[in-house]
Amino acid sequence: MIGAIVIGLAAGVVAGLLGVGGGVLFVPGLVIFLSLTQHQAEATSLLAIVPVALVGALRQDHYGNVRRRDGLLLGLFSVAGAAGGVALANALSGKVLQVGFALFTLVVAVQLVRKSTRAPGARAGDSAKEV
Amino acid sequence: MAIGTAAGLFSGIFGVGGGSVIVPLLVLWLGYGEREATGTSLAAIVCIASFAAAVQAGYGNVRVRDGLLVGIPAVAGVLVGAWLQQRLQTRTIALLFAAVLVASAVELLLR
Repeated sequence: MIGAIVIGLAAGVVAGLLGVGGGVLFVPGLVIFLSLTQHQAEATSLLAIVPVALVGALRQDHYGNVRRRDGLLLGLFSVAGAAGGVALANALSGKVLQVGFALFTLVVAVQLVRKSTRAPGARAGDSAKEV
Repeated sequence: MAIGTAAGLFSGIFGVGGGSVIVPLLVLWLGYGEREATGTSLAAIVCIASFAAAVQAGYGNVRVRDGLLVGIPAVAGVLVGAWLQQRLQTRTIALLFAAVLVASAVELLLR
């Protein structure tokens, strides 16, 4: 229980600081420290993302940064993709999924390095607080 | 519509929000500023993650207790992180964190 709380806090701080998503931290945290399977970790991560994104979206809306109509449309159009993605994830073995996730993590790491080296001295998460 | 579908697919497969897909595409394809892209992406993620979590629950994969134990403290963490962001030079932290991501990828690969 303490482990889960610590993962959440730590992931949240980094997400707020750098604008890197919660999921890319929740999933390995749940697998490595709480010994969830890759499938369980991904599913649980999705649930954990909801409150984080909700608070983030409300804050950003307050600053006038949310185009509500587009956000809603994106959400609606994502339904088919999300259902397909979940079905695909569940059709794959845990091992394959884990390797795929590790590669995805590497891509995010590269994005982060590029973003923070492109604008020297800029704050990496300056405008971004994605989940 | 393509952005939504791609984000949903990523979110469903990897258990992430999809922000790393949505934000760059909103900027590149729809000419959003980065702040607007981030804000709008967050709003979309609320819908995407809720739906994908519900589908995963159908497969019996969601550990509700762990999800809440991680998710609720994370909200507090995000607020702290956003506060720190205004006060710290985050470039070094970003690079360090990229190293942590690489390490976690290696750990997952070696499992």
